[in-house]
Amino acid sequence: MNHWITVRSRQISFRIDRRVPIVLVVLGLITLAIVLLSLGQGEYPISPIDVLKTLLKIETDNADYDFIIHTLRLPRALIAFLVGVGFAISGAILQGITRNPLAAPDIIGINAGASVVAVSFIVLFPSVPGFVLPIAAFAGAFVAAILIYLLAWDGGSSPIRLILIGVGIAAFTNAVISVMLTFGQINSVSQAWIWITGSVYGRSWEHLLPLLPWLIVLIPLALLLSRDLNVLHLGDDVARGVGSRVEWQRVLLLITSVALTGASVATAGTVGFVGLMAPHLARQLVGTAYEGLLPTAALMGGMITVLADLLGRTLFAPTELPCGVITATIGAPYFLYLLYQNRHQ
Amino acid sequence: MVKPSSLIREKARSPQKVIGRSQALLVVGLALCLLVLFICLITSITFGAAEIHPNTVFAALTAFDGSTEHLIIRTVRMPRSLIALMVGAALAVAGTILQGLTRNPLASPDILGINSGAAFAMVLVLFLLGGVSAPVYVGFAFLGAGLTAIAVYLLGSLGRSGMTPLKLVLAGSALTYLLFSLTTSILILDQETLDEIRFWLAGSVAGRDVSLFLQVLPCMVVGLLMAFAMGKPLTTLALGEDVATGLGLKTGWVKVTAIVVVVLLAGSAVAIAGPISFIGLIVPHVARFLIGTDYRWLLPYSACLGGILLLLADIGARLILKPQEIPVGIMTSLLGAPFFIYLARSRVKR
Repeated sequence: MNHWITVRSRQISFRIDRRVPIVLVVLGLITLAIVLLSLGQGEYPISPIDVLKTLLKIETDNADYDFIIHTLRLPRALIAFLVGVGFAISGAILQGITRNPLAAPDIIGINAGASVVAVSFIVLFPSVPGFVLPIAAFAGAFVAAILIYLLAWDGGSSPIRLILIGVGIAAFTNAVISVMLTFGQINSVSQAWIWITGSVYGRSWEHLLPLLPWLIVLIPLALLLSRDLNVLHLGDDVARGVGSRVEWQRVLLLITSVALTGASVATAGTVGFVGLMAPHLARQLVGTAYEGLLPTAALMGGMITVLADLLGRTLFAPTELPCGVITATIGAPYFLYLLYQNRHQ
Repeated sequence: MVKPSSLIREKARSPQKVIGRSQALLVVGLALCLLVLFICLITSITFGAAEIHPNTVFAALTAFDGSTEHLIIRTVRMPRSLIALMVGAALAVAGTILQGLTRNPLASPDILGINSGAAFAMVLVLFLLGGVSAPVYVGFAFLGAGLTAIAVYLLGSLGRSGMTPLKLVLAGSALTYLLFSLTTSILILDQETLDEIRFWLAGSVAGRDVSLFLQVLPCMVVGLLMAFAMGKPLTTLALGEDVATGLGLKTGWVKVTAIVVVVLLAGSAVAIAGPISFIGLIVPHVARFLIGTDYRWLLPYSACLGGILLLLADIGARLILKPQEIPVGIMTSLLGAPFFIYLARSRVKR
């Protein structure tokens, strides 16, 4: 039996695992269900049916629903989803190019670089317009990535040192963030926690708009590059042997990954471990071919973040936990489990 | 031709060079360290919002007259500086023992998550039971530190390759992430403790409860004395498990005692000053650079240097954003993280 679906046209050809379309549809439906639940959940509960009606602009009994859903809750849910997508794709790419199952933007310190620059911008230049923030965060993430790569370089980048140095960079930037928060006028604790733990609290359309262009450009780019990722995953020598321009592809992929992380962090702070978990879960569902893996991981990441946000709001209502706390509480044990899985390496 | 006698002398001298400096030099060095420690202590007491002359500082300590200045010295600055000194010493000695025990240059109570374990246990007990008496509070810090130490040790030694620096650090940082997010959850659920505890959670020696310090002090002193007594077996153990066993050392007992000492020291340090990072990582390396691998000397030196480093960091924390203060734990992270990266680059082989 044929495991693959092959798509061929004049410009482009690719093949995906037979499981991918089904998995994508199922994941999409689950995510949609969670979003509907999430939109209905809150201080002012709305039934999922009414949520659906409001979304489809069908008249409901209550005129307030439109405002609550479209202005307050929908942007938040969308941002949670998109940020999760960003982190997941970024993590999947990183795991591919480092050939390291434990690599993720948060673990090797790229998130930390993005968030320290974003926080510094907010503290030092409080009046910057919203669209600058993702650019700044991207710059921070990029500098951090270069720094980590250079510091970990030892006649070839060693996966072990990559992670150790990431741990060090994260410790340093966390200290700088704390200095900024002490020094700056961010007196509201909730603002500070957004950056430290990762939260989509109070995010609205104005936060969504600066994020969108990045995703619109970067996600298709990542999908286009997924074939190269497959080849790179085989190892540098093999990749060179089949005609890949290894260094060039790696740089392009790294930039894509870093940019996705930067844009996501600029919007919601460091929502930890999504970039680690989503690719692994996706790999268990659809195997290791990146054409299928990237979209699956993306949906998975979006689902995890939306679910984490929903849990954070409902577990101890009316008190709200940032979704980053939930993802870290689930993700850290998962990381330990991965460590256990890879114990013989 | 070389004379035989000089050859013999060469041979006799070289092993001593490898083991360490001569005893007399070590004693003088330790005395020098203590002197520097004392100077740092006085400087730390003298520095502050109110300008107080060093002479007044001495007067406040020797002939207390009840004036405002003397009160500031006795009730605010003196405790703060003593706490910094003791916490620094405790963390540094805990780090030295851990590095010897795991034969891992990156080991320290904060990297392995032991500090966060103690901090989480204390936040948890505050959340569940509200105000509790100091011994219970400190007891939970020990419990948290102990459980985390065991968990990291087990997770770090999984697999065929046994305990590697990477696995130990990864297990430690994953546990730190987990404990941090659990601590955060509790703090968000219980807004009242948040403000009270936030400064402590970043690691701070300012405005600590003096009575709590006095209750923790015996644990620290006992821990330090036990550590100093373990110098000889630790030196042997650092040669490797097999060699140590071959030399007749009961390695199991030494390890258990060492873990108990680490938990005692790290737990009490966290109970009084919060999870202060990187002191336990940096100091052992500096001490080893100065005097070699003889733990009989390494441990007292570490204690001294740890006190000095935390006192200096605390002075820096007061000066860097004057008139505001930053928690000293942030200072030590700013200093320590680059050092950690340096170690990861130079000491960890693939």
